[in-house]
Amino acid sequence: MKLVVQRIALGFLLLLAVSVLIFAGTIILPGDVAQSILGQSATPEALANLREELGLNEPAITRYFDWLFAALQGDLGVALTNGRDIAESISQRMSNTLFLAFWAALISVPLAILLGLIAVRYKDRWPDKAISAITLASISIPEFLIGYLLMYFIAVKLGWFPSVAMIGDHMNLLQKLQAIALPVMVLTLVVLAHMMRMTRAAILNVMQSAYIETAELKGLTGFQVIARHAFPNAIAPIVNVVMLNLAYLVVGVVVIEVVFVYPGMGQYLVDHVSKRDVPVVQACGLIFAAVYIGLNMIADIVSILANPRLRHPK
Amino acid sequence: MKNIPISAMIGLFFTALYFLMAIFAPLLAPYGMAEVVGGVWEPSSSKHLLGTDNIGRDLLSRMIYGGRTTIFIATAATILSFVTGSVLGFFAAVMGGWVDQVLSRFVDLIMSIPTLIFALVVLSVMPVTLPVLILVMGLLDSTRVYRLARAVAVDITVMDYVEAARLRGEKIAWIIFREILPNALSPLVAEMGLRFIFAVLFVSTLSFLGLGVQPPEADWGGIVKENKEGIVYGISAALLPAVAIATLAISVNLVADWVLNRTTSLKGGRG
Amino acid sequence: MNDQLNHMASQVAAGKMTRREFMGKAAALGISAAVASTMFAGAAHAAGPVKGGTIRVGIQGGGSSDSLDPALAANATATQVLRLWGEPLLELDPNGGLWPRLAESFEASADARVWTFKIRSGVNFSNGQTMTADDVLATMERHSGEDTKSGALGIMRGIKDMRVDGDQFIVELDKPNADLPYLLTDYHLLIQPGGGKDDPTAAIGTGPYVLKSVEPGVRFVGEKNPDYWDDTVGHADTIELIVINDDTARVAALQSGQVHMINRVPPRTAQLVGRAPNINLRTTSGPGHYVFIMHTNTAPFDNKDLRMALKYGINRQEMVDKILFGFGSVGNDTPINSSYPLFTELEQREYDPDKAAFHLKESGFDGTVLLRTSDNSFPGAPDAAALFQQSCGSAGINIEIKREPNDGYWSEVWNKQPFCTSYWGGRPTQDSMFSTAYLSTADWNDTRFNNEQFDQLLFAARGELDEGKRTQMYADMSTILRDEGGLICPMFNQFIDATTSDVDGWIDSQNGFDLNNFYAPMTMWVAA
Repeated sequence: MKLVVQRIALGFLLLLAVSVLIFAGTIILPGDVAQSILGQSATPEALANLREELGLNEPAITRYFDWLFAALQGDLGVALTNGRDIAESISQRMSNTLFLAFWAALISVPLAILLGLIAVRYKDRWPDKAISAITLASISIPEFLIGYLLMYFIAVKLGWFPSVAMIGDHMNLLQKLQAIALPVMVLTLVVLAHMMRMTRAAILNVMQSAYIETAELKGLTGFQVIARHAFPNAIAPIVNVVMLNLAYLVVGVVVIEVVFVYPGMGQYLVDHVSKRDVPVVQACGLIFAAVYIGLNMIADIVSILANPRLRHPK
Repeated sequence: MKNIPISAMIGLFFTALYFLMAIFAPLLAPYGMAEVVGGVWEPSSSKHLLGTDNIGRDLLSRMIYGGRTTIFIATAATILSFVTGSVLGFFAAVMGGWVDQVLSRFVDLIMSIPTLIFALVVLSVMPVTLPVLILVMGLLDSTRVYRLARAVAVDITVMDYVEAARLRGEKIAWIIFREILPNALSPLVAEMGLRFIFAVLFVSTLSFLGLGVQPPEADWGGIVKENKEGIVYGISAALLPAVAIATLAISVNLVADWVLNRTTSLKGGRG
Repeated sequence: MNDQLNHMASQVAAGKMTRREFMGKAAALGISAAVASTMFAGAAHAAGPVKGGTIRVGIQGGGSSDSLDPALAANATATQVLRLWGEPLLELDPNGGLWPRLAESFEASADARVWTFKIRSGVNFSNGQTMTADDVLATMERHSGEDTKSGALGIMRGIKDMRVDGDQFIVELDKPNADLPYLLTDYHLLIQPGGGKDDPTAAIGTGPYVLKSVEPGVRFVGEKNPDYWDDTVGHADTIELIVINDDTARVAALQSGQVHMINRVPPRTAQLVGRAPNINLRTTSGPGHYVFIMHTNTAPFDNKDLRMALKYGINRQEMVDKILFGFGSVGNDTPINSSYPLFTELEQREYDPDKAAFHLKESGFDGTVLLRTSDNSFPGAPDAAALFQQSCGSAGINIEIKREPNDGYWSEVWNKQPFCTSYWGGRPTQDSMFSTAYLSTADWNDTRFNNEQFDQLLFAARGELDEGKRTQMYADMSTILRDEGGLICPMFNQFIDATTSDVDGWIDSQNGFDLNNFYAPMTMWVAA
């Protein structure tokens, strides 16, 4: 318990450090928001006027602390580029991202672990090999390519699901699920192999241990041994890889968002980074950092809980 | 080496084939890498075995040269990320306490910074050269390897044999390489096979940020992207490099599986 | 059979027969679906616009950071959104002339220095307020004032005074400019109540639609403005814009019927897209061009022979074939093509490795030229750079290509680095194109071109009201630019849009932007 509190406190410190780094990073990048907004039609006067209006003439440190104090009071401010409320825009985008990530995870995580267990059970026989070959092929094809192929055959040729995965408040759950069917499929294919192969490798690693032999000698069947005795002891690497992939589902799906026109966080961040819209980049950056820090923490805690020797340190 | 299973043979064969093609690219390629020799997206013919690409270059030549870039960068980046990530991960696990805390939180920090911002900052302050590219990819990936290596190693450090080694007064390095490494090898080998694939794909992502290889050079992922418009119209120029990536990925992982098998059987002695 | 078809066509024209019925009966007569579909479209078109329905547009070029402020609009989606809810004084018509919108008419003083615009009466803003000449003045002030941030500032310079006289808006210029009305068609210059000074992003204007839903970078929905004054614009009840930046995804959305029209079909696959029976490819020639630009004041490009070597070392036809896939025409190292009103054809410069090698030798340069490019400088730019590298290679000129990040290309590379790829959308007149980028003092003089004779001709042409003389002046200027300038212009691109056969009323235009200068969603209708 003390550990968890300590980690959470550290987490907040880390977030602060992340915000400094991201702020510094965006300041280092050449170009500023005024120039990006006006683009090719920027004249020196218009630039100067826009900079003045957006407060870009203040020193960077002042801007950072202004932002920090406002953020600590729960005010994320407005986007410099279009003046829209950041908290409002992000909450909409974030809920879309989480919706997609949730369904992709709900399908891919259990499926990956199940396939991993099957692969171990039938190690070196055809189910193992087939699972390996298919998941490896799916992971090594660039994700946009899988996206295009599914889009062309399933959306354009067969017309089963829409190619534009736009969801809105007016839709019920079933309609939303239909809209995101294609991106969920692609994401599942992309993350499946990593988790499945780690499950397989980690379990194989403990299969040689004495207690597995004991369990087998007790007369337990193959699946029981794997699921009850080997799996819990192999959980640390598996949970780490699962968390990595969950993090990917939340922060790394820009390509899928672009291909399926899905209004999530990834594209939102990319758009604002390219416009050097610092407050938005900061807000998105913090959320993504919190996702990583949180998931890593969960992975560490699960690893400790799963291992009695770690649970009760000497 | 006598009883190499058939799947490992296949894997070894293709891996070796691709690596040899990469090494001897200039001897094998029928045309120059950047040479425009025909029309756009010509189908395969005796002149151009795999047809031509989106601006009329010979696809086979381009893929042979592209394989060279891809394999070289991906291999170098994977090795770098593995060495750094696993050594630091093991070190953190064995030392524990504040060393572990500092390293782990630092990794959290690096992982938390969006790759896009990271890459753009690197790009704006450093010259874009191959070593920089490999360094950036290797270090970004090593954070993931670190997490895995540490997680596996933490479970091992509490085992009796590690305790025993500590009591014997063995040095940290000895414990890491003699006790932890052999027992953590399986998950790491599996991860290495996959990291290699991620690296192959990552190169082409970076190309589009301007951090990757410079045109007219190409990597396989980049060739897929150059020709992507043709995909749904059955233009093979986009699919062939993807097939190349997939076969390379599968063969590397077949080899990894074989190594994994050997490492697991090393330990138990249960035949 | 003919009689029957004619009868059916008249039924369609009268709105008594739906598409489905027509197609069914046509099939019974043994007419193929594709032919019947075209016939139906023809009959329906003859009948004139059908009111109602929803038109969905898949549009490229928007981001989630886009603003609704007309002063800050800088991409295709933002421009299309502006067209829905607002209007400028004048607009380009499809034939390159002027189309009066909020200005009913206009006239110039004999020396083209004072311009008077008569403002249309009885037009209301979508908040119910009546639009007056004062609103026009306030709008122009917002885009031209000392403290403006407007993208239109560049063209609003040279205005000495603006005033209102009853329903007239009067502009007085420093120097004569015969092209002022064309400049006022700029898409930033939408008339807003009070000039939009209080709330520039309110999206209140006099346009044919009123925005109901705004999600930047995702989706915009406009509903028909019931008070709109012009019956020929705005046929659908609702227009929905869906931002689809990925080329393949945009085409797929059209093919699967999720949208009625898309802009910027990738040229490489355009033929294949157009082959589908229910899709019409719409190509529009215009003044847009893809360019390689050299700074004429920076070594080694300050050497005229080296510039000439590079100009002879580019294979323009190959670029048109392989980058534009034939959807465009070869350039001639000037920004002007036949879409400009006072155009004169100059002798076409061809790819000539021998001449290139000759000029390279003359220049005494024997190093490597660094060419910067990025994917967003124009579609296919890195490929074009690779082609250029190859064709120059045969002439002994070494080009090294550096792919720059898309991010920051326009702020860090374009107009900063001495040799890079870029594009120009073109301008409605020669004067505005030349003064934007080739006048020695222009803000966007991206070739650092400085030629006294050129500048003098440009100023002289503005006050010249004799068309023959003016045409000759522009031809002379193009020649100077072609031979002396830092511009290598291999190709003029066409706009390639596509519509499904569910919508009708496309107007072929030769002006402005894609999607019929972004009027297609409003001048087309959903076929019954």
